[in-house]
Amino acid sequence: MGTALTSRKNGRDYGRPGAKSAPSSWERVLVFGAAKSFRDCIRTGSGVSQASAAQLSGTLLTCPAFSSPGKSKEAEIKRINKELANIRSKFKGDKALDGYSKKKYVCKLLFIFLLGHDIDFGHMEAVNLLSSNKYTEKQIGYLFISVLVNSNSELIRLINNAIKNDLASRNPTFMCLALHCIANVGSREMGEAFAADIPRILVAGDSMDSVKQSAALCLLRLYKASPDLVPMGEWTARVVHLLNDQHMGVVTAAVSLITCLCKKNPDDFKTCVSLAVSRLSRIVSSASTDLQDYTYYFVPAPWLSVKLLRLLQCYPPPEDAAVKGRLVECLETVLNKAQEPPKSKKVQHSNAKNAILFETISLIIHYDSEPNLLVRACNQLGQFLQHRETNLRYLALESMCTLASSEFSHEAVKTHIDTVINALKTERDVSVRQRAADLLYAMCDRSNAKQIVSEMLRYLETADYAIREEIVLKVAILAEKYAVDYSWYVDTILNLIRIAGDYVSEEVWYRVLQIVTNRDDVQGYAAKTVFEALQAPACHENMVKVGGYILGEFGNLIAGDPRSSPPVQFSLLHSKFHLCSVATRALLLSTYIKFINLFPETKATIQGVLRAGSQLRNADVELQQRAVEYLTLSSVASTDVLATVLEEMPPFPERESSILAKLKRKKGPGAGSALDDSRRDPSSHDINGGVEPTPSTVSTPSPSADLPCHRLSLLFLLLLSSRLSLFLSPPSCCLSGTGCLPRLSSLVCSGIGWPSELEPPAPESPMALLADPAPAADPGPEDIGPPIPEADELLNKFVCRNNGVLFENQLLQIGVKSEFRQNLGRMYLFYGNKTSVQFQNFSPTVVHPGDLQTQLAVQTKRVASQVDGGAQVQQVLNIECLRDFLTPPLLSVRFRYGGAPQSLTLKLPVTINKFFQPTEMAAQDFFQRWKQLSLPQQEAQKIFKANHPMDAEVTKAKLLGFGSALLDNVDPNPENFVGAGIIQTKALQVGCLLRLEPNAQAQMYRLTLRTSKEPVSRHLCELLAQQF
Amino acid sequence: MQFMLLFSRQGKLRLQKWYVPLSDKEKKKITRELVQTVLARKPKMCSFLEWRDLKIVYKRYASLYFCCAIEDQDNELITLEIIHRYVELLDKYFGSVCELDIIFNFEKAYFILDEFLLGGEVQETSKKNVLKAIEQADLLQESQNEEWGGLSEDIL
Repeated sequence: MGTALTSRKNGRDYGRPGAKSAPSSWERVLVFGAAKSFRDCIRTGSGVSQASAAQLSGTLLTCPAFSSPGKSKEAEIKRINKELANIRSKFKGDKALDGYSKKKYVCKLLFIFLLGHDIDFGHMEAVNLLSSNKYTEKQIGYLFISVLVNSNSELIRLINNAIKNDLASRNPTFMCLALHCIANVGSREMGEAFAADIPRILVAGDSMDSVKQSAALCLLRLYKASPDLVPMGEWTARVVHLLNDQHMGVVTAAVSLITCLCKKNPDDFKTCVSLAVSRLSRIVSSASTDLQDYTYYFVPAPWLSVKLLRLLQCYPPPEDAAVKGRLVECLETVLNKAQEPPKSKKVQHSNAKNAILFETISLIIHYDSEPNLLVRACNQLGQFLQHRETNLRYLALESMCTLASSEFSHEAVKTHIDTVINALKTERDVSVRQRAADLLYAMCDRSNAKQIVSEMLRYLETADYAIREEIVLKVAILAEKYAVDYSWYVDTILNLIRIAGDYVSEEVWYRVLQIVTNRDDVQGYAAKTVFEALQAPACHENMVKVGGYILGEFGNLIAGDPRSSPPVQFSLLHSKFHLCSVATRALLLSTYIKFINLFPETKATIQGVLRAGSQLRNADVELQQRAVEYLTLSSVASTDVLATVLEEMPPFPERESSILAKLKRKKGPGAGSALDDSRRDPSSHDINGGVEPTPSTVSTPSPSADLPCHRLSLLFLLLLSSRLSLFLSPPSCCLSGTGCLPRLSSLVCSGIGWPSELEPPAPESPMALLADPAPAADPGPEDIGPPIPEADELLNKFVCRNNGVLFENQLLQIGVKSEFRQNLGRMYLFYGNKTSVQFQNFSPTVVHPGDLQTQLAVQTKRVASQVDGGAQVQQVLNIECLRDFLTPPLLSVRFRYGGAPQSLTLKLPVTINKFFQPTEMAAQDFFQRWKQLSLPQQEAQKIFKANHPMDAEVTKAKLLGFGSALLDNVDPNPENFVGAGIIQTKALQVGCLLRLEPNAQAQMYRLTLRTSKEPVSRHLCELLAQQF
Repeated sequence: MQFMLLFSRQGKLRLQKWYVPLSDKEKKKITRELVQTVLARKPKMCSFLEWRDLKIVYKRYASLYFCCAIEDQDNELITLEIIHRYVELLDKYFGSVCELDIIFNFEKAYFILDEFLLGGEVQETSKKNVLKAIEQADLLQESQNEEWGGLSEDIL
């Protein structure tokens, strides 16, 4: 077998077993040569050459001497320091070291580093080794560089030089070493130096196979790190043909590269689909021995198969019928093979086989167009759900989650509900239970919602703490989404609070309040239920909050029953008061003032409570102020005024469920798939897609329109508060010198102290509200759907650039070209029909949500209502920015494809920064302006984590694309970026200054914007922060 | 694949390979966190777990844990077999490998890994081809072996 390091000749006695002073592992390796002999001594079963997990466990022995390195940590450190000092002196010594010694010491340094100690020298010696013509010296040099790369620019130049020489050496072994090093380091400097050469090596006719393999993956690494550095060109066409290469290893390496390139430029690599299909077909149909060393435990080329299947997932199903037929045949073969008896009992055999199977299923799900295959996939996964291998059960649950969202297989997935529920109850591994919970969530629809929700609630009682919050969110969402009667919904949420109150976040209990407020058919039931729940001797504080709010609003609905008469309600709530936190007590005080209005008979009792020293002189300012203000309000205001001010809360305007948003944040995109997917259950969307007020309440409020009743109470408030301030005693005014007028108005504005997230969107100031006599007519057709989930992400892509593909799916591609000057812009939208069938009734429209119409004028030209298969139509938009705006217009595209209506809403890539005009200025001017904009509200700042590699050039390009000028020599720190510009609108100009401070070490940025308009600062800051 | 870690049952890191740029601090943090998480798991549990936004695939061979971090769309089972194939390669090269081989000949473990995986992707799955590459290098080394002879004499 391999001749590892030399060493048998060394016969030191600590190599013997049982030697008294056996040195510890780290010491031993410092003594290079001793390794092999020592190992031989302690090895029990020698001569075992076949590898398997079981056999390895016999030989991968733990030796006590090695498990406790060194007598003590200090001894080890002492020893290491001594050795480091020795190496340092050797390197510094007058005598030039020969290559061999250099290699030895560099290798020791590496070892010490890998033990976890810091190494701050030896880099130069390692670099010297690179240019040695002895292979082993070169090899150790490269290893050191790969493991301990240092961004010292001087060294990088030397390293690159050595790599350059090796790449040019025509010695394949040296070339591979150099390529490995580039792939291991993958830095931008290396990209700059070599990104142009490597494609040449990759496609050169005379490159050895092993060199091609390394070149492909080396290029992949550079492309991932800095795609801008890799020039596309003639080589790309030839790379695709590596899929046909004779050498399986070359194909294996090339597929990874091609897959990555495809994702960024699908059109340029389209030809790879048919090549990949034919390669896959050849592998899948080959006998288990055909591929010799590329067969793994009787499975032909499993790694390559998986990679090819991944590559195909970059594209829609092949259009060419022959290719498609061949592919479907492959997929069927894989599914058939899964049913055959295994060729080996080894787990490696079944893992490799199933790896291909799962990847095949992923492709089937990706295509989502072959009902037959989808159902077969589902049945196959169903078998795995009860497999004895935990790994397979885990993967089956995971994969079924995606199957559940396909209309073809949703029903088939549902048939496994009992098995999945059982998994939730009996799996011993929490990560498997988590998958089961995910799957239940994904397979839930109206028909099984009650069962699933009740099972999840039951599971919650014993669930692991780590996943409780997520389960709570899921239950809350399902309950809302599939509620047929809202009493069930209310019961479910109250159960959630009872079972896992600590994990019920604000979003969840805010939501139940919103829904109860908006639906008057459930209000009485909700009041009765919370009243009962509050009777429990120990109830969760969240229950008190929900109970307080609901009784304060709707307690009158159950007041007729003597068991829940007003005094009983009040004393029940007040019995919890003293045990609650300040926030809850503040909420309860609001409940009390609402009680005075609902139940005049409780007025004296409640005034007594408010007047008590513990409230009026409470150390907490918020509680004190509420007590003082409410007490005064209840004494000075007439019944009519009270009734108006303390009127029932108006319905909440609909918006995306905040719970769903939270789950998405927690789980990343795709988490809400069960709900986003309206096509599966179209009826549900209308009823439960959002909570709409029942017909008896006011018509659907739109975010821009405010509510009549609310406005009325505000009007009264303004009158009232001017009177009130005369009566208020000084302590309550302690917050602001101007008395409590602004304070109180904000209080009532937010509905007497209910949690602010619950407020209907309040206008900026009451005056603005009063000045706006009528809500603007709804500008767009009502049936425009909400933007697709990715709309924001797509929009973000265009913040710093003007051209590109805005959207693409299997049917349609939308491209954008735009230019902006001053406050004007022109945009060309290109709609491409990707199918071979004509689109009919094609109508793209631009919609201005809210009052955007007054801020941005978009004039669109009509387009033909038919788009032929494969054709592209163009639409011109003229854009004028009237004043600053925050939300982009929506682009709604509707058409019929094969008779089925399609609709799609996107965000038009027009953001305020498009109207930036860069402004150059000197440092002095900049700082003068910076200081002028020093009001806190003029500044917006964000500290955030880098999402992309931090690269100064890329950052510069982005900032220029954003629209501002870049000012050099302004910031004393050259790493920082400073920019300036003016946003041009018809009505006004907004000057903007920005500063971006990268912190490479922490991989963070701090972005500061100052503009003369507060919302603009914040908005620009948000937009730009997304880009890094 | 984003990185691969080998550590012992005692939590000692034996080999680390990073395919994404990370600071030393971050690497140490990740290692600490993962070693702890994986060591806490019981033998019969499944070999995959979600961790941050990555998937962790791990397997224990005798006293050593092999642990890979892969991305969301990557295939867990094939990763498990990447681990196994690497163990096979080590085993074949060292002649039934043990933890000490990896400690003492860490550079070989790295070289073998580089031949098998590059930039986080499988480069060559044929056992023969990988070992051929390594043995060629060893041959080059043999020819220069004379110099190595003196090594043990002047240690420390």
